[in-house]
Formats: sequence, structure tokens, C-alpha cells
Amino acid sequence: MNLNATLFAQLVVFFILAWFTMQFVWPPIVKALDERAKKIADGLAAAERGKQDLELATKRSTEALREGKEKAAELIGNAEKRAAQLIEEAKVNAKAEADRIVAGAKAEIDQEAVRAKEQLREQVASLVVSGAEKILRREINTQAHADILATIKQDL
Amino acid sequence: MSTAGHEAAANAPTAGEYIVHHLTHLNTTGHAQKDIIDFTVLNVDTLVFSLLMGVLGLFVMWRVAKSATSGVPGRMQAAVELVLEMVNEQAKGIVHSAESRKAVGPLALTVFVWIFLMNSMDFLPLDLLPTIWQTVTGDHHAYLRIVPTADLNGTLGMSIGVLLVCLYYNIKIKGFGGWMHELFTAPFGSHPLLYPINFAMQMIEFLAKTVSHGMRLFGNMYAGELVFMLIALMGAAWAGTATGVFLFAGHVIAGSIWAIFHILIVALQAFIFMMLTLVYIGQAHEAH
Repeated sequence: MNLNATLFAQLVVFFILAWFTMQFVWPPIVKALDERAKKIADGLAAAERGKQDLELATKRSTEALREGKEKAAELIGNAEKRAAQLIEEAKVNAKAEADRIVAGAKAEIDQEAVRAKEQLREQVASLVVSGAEKILRREINTQAHADILATIKQDL
Repeated sequence: MSTAGHEAAANAPTAGEYIVHHLTHLNTTGHAQKDIIDFTVLNVDTLVFSLLMGVLGLFVMWRVAKSATSGVPGRMQAAVELVLEMVNEQAKGIVHSAESRKAVGPLALTVFVWIFLMNSMDFLPLDLLPTIWQTVTGDHHAYLRIVPTADLNGTLGMSIGVLLVCLYYNIKIKGFGGWMHELFTAPFGSHPLLYPINFAMQMIEFLAKTVSHGMRLFGNMYAGELVFMLIALMGAAWAGTATGVFLFAGHVIAGSIWAIFHILIVALQAFIFMMLTLVYIGQAHEAH
């Protein structure tokens, strides 16, 4: 419990050790700690940003998906409409064509019928004439009654 | 601690002689100091062990500081960072000047680590280093005390160091005039009649702070060392007697209990010394 010069020696050692810590121990460790704190803060901020970006991207992709679906539906609708239109047109065309063909055939038939009638008439006329000739050979002079015969022929 | 027993039996010192021998420093005179205060004497053991502990603690921290990374720290770095953060947090709460903390923080860290290591010398077997020293020197009565903080010179040296730091900050923060003004007007007020009383109170405060600061640590470690000696004596008394087996068992049990309890004291006293260092320096920053 005696006091002696050790006290002063200890005092000097105290300051030397404190100085050493101040110079070589404290600053690097505090720097490392501060840097790490900053890194962690940056990392957290980046994570937060990433989260926001993700949210935004999700929203955007949903939007794009919705738009795509709408467009596709529209396209399909248009295509269906167009197809119906085409079918309708084809139907109309086909009908017109059929009508035309039928009309053509009818006209031909009519013509044919008219021609056949004509032939028939002529044949009937000649038959009638020849019949009448046979009946009237004796009484009728072909030359004298030629005009009558022509009129009959005409009327048939 | 059986070495103590053998030696006690061989040289047959009384219990009183054993304790006195263990409480005598290895100093520059070679024998126990006669006067209470004698500044021509130097306690070599206190100096060597305190330097050794200081260098050990700082070397370990310096190694860590040199390779300190802001990435994932290793275990050693994490441990040093833990202590440093603890000290830094305490310093932030007490010393409010960030500029001062650049110096006060390292000072407090040094104080904590250094005193912790010096106190920890108590955990070494009581007679281990003294016996080695006596064997090496060939002098079986050579003195050696291995706990620097159980030497009043060691603890008062540090508390006076803290006092000087306090005075430095008193002048730095308040200016010499401001500090003088405070010395004479605080705590009772500014009146010419109160100047001497104020000044006396301030002086008493500085003295009391410094002495109690050093004495607290010294008293705790000195008493702890003394209890270890008494326990060692109990164990030493068993040699040669049949009933002494109980004393040996008592030595083992009491020694274990005291050593475990002493871990608390070692850490606590280092922490208290550091906290008081910060508090006193913090007070030097505050104007009355």
C-alpha cells in the first residue's frame, strides 16, 4: 500500500497505451463498422427498391396480359364476322349464279319449245293440207284454192 | 496450489509471514518499502505485468484493426467489435461532443481492456508465477506480485491520468478563464464571500473523484487477492495431518467458488473504472 514512483510510470504507460489505441486500433475498426452499417443500409434500400420494381413490373405485365386478351378477343370477333360475311356473300353469289343458270336453261327450253311448236305447226299444217288435199283432190283445184290453203296454213 | 503447501511445509513460514511475503512488491530496492511514500522506489513487478497486459490487449486489437473488414467479420473481429461498440455506446451516452469522443472513446476502450486483463492476472494460480520467479532467480525469498491493479500505484496512476484528461477538457471546452470562473463560482454561486468556499469544494471534488476512482479498483482487487491467499493457506494447512483432508477439500471448494465469483468482480471493476472515466470526462464538458 505504499506509494512510489510506479505511480508516474503507470501514468505514462496509461497515456502511451491510450495514444496507441487512438492511433492504430480505434479508427480502422470504427471505419469498418461505419462502412458495414452503410452497406447494410444500402442493401436494405436496394431491396426496398427491388420490391417496388417488382410490384411495378407485375402491374405492367398484368396490364399487358389484359390488353393482349382484349386484342385477341377483338381479332377473333372480327374474323368471325368476316367469315360470316364471306359465307353470306358466297351464298348470294351462288344463288345469283344458280338463278342465272336456271334462267338460261329456261330461255333455251322456251326457245326449244317455240321451235318445236313451229315445227309441229308446220307439220300439222302440211298434214292438214295433205289431208285436205286428199279429201278435196277431186273437187278442189290446188291452184284455184291456193290462197285458201295458205290462209288455213297460216291459221294453224 | 499444492506448491504453496510444499513450500510452506519446507520453509515453514507462519500464515502471517506467507501473506506478508505475497503482499510485498518486487521493487528496485530489493526489500519491502519502509516509508509510506518514497518516490525513489519503483515496483518492477507492477510495471512489467501492466505493460505486458497492455501490450497483449492492444496487440490483439491492433491485429484485428489491421485486417478489419466491413464485410462479414471473423470471430475475433466480431469479439473486438463487440467490446468496441459497447464502449462507444457508453461514450455516446455520456460524452456528447463527437469531436471529444474521437479521443475519449479509444481512451475508454484502452482502460477497459487493459484493466480487464490486469485484473484477470488474479485467475492464475496464486503461487505459480512467484514460484517460477523464485526458481529462476534462485532466491527462495524473491518477491513478486502479479496483479498490477492490486497495487495502489497502478490504479492511482491511471486515475490521475483520467484527472489530467479531465483538466485538459475543462480548459479546452470552457477556456482557461471560463474554467477559473467555474472553479470560484460553482457550486454555490457568484459572490466574493463564496469564492473561497466554492474553490475549496471544487478542489475536494477533484481530489475525492481521483482518489476514490483509483482506490475502488485497488480495494476490490487487493481484497480479492487476499481472499485467494487465505484460501491457499487453508489448503496448505492440510499437509501432514490426517484431519487436514477436510481443509484440502475446503480449499478446492472455496477456491472454486471465489474464483468464479471473482470473474464477475474482474469484469465489473474494469467496467466501473471505464464508466467513471467517461462520467468524469463528460462532467468536464458540462458548464455549471
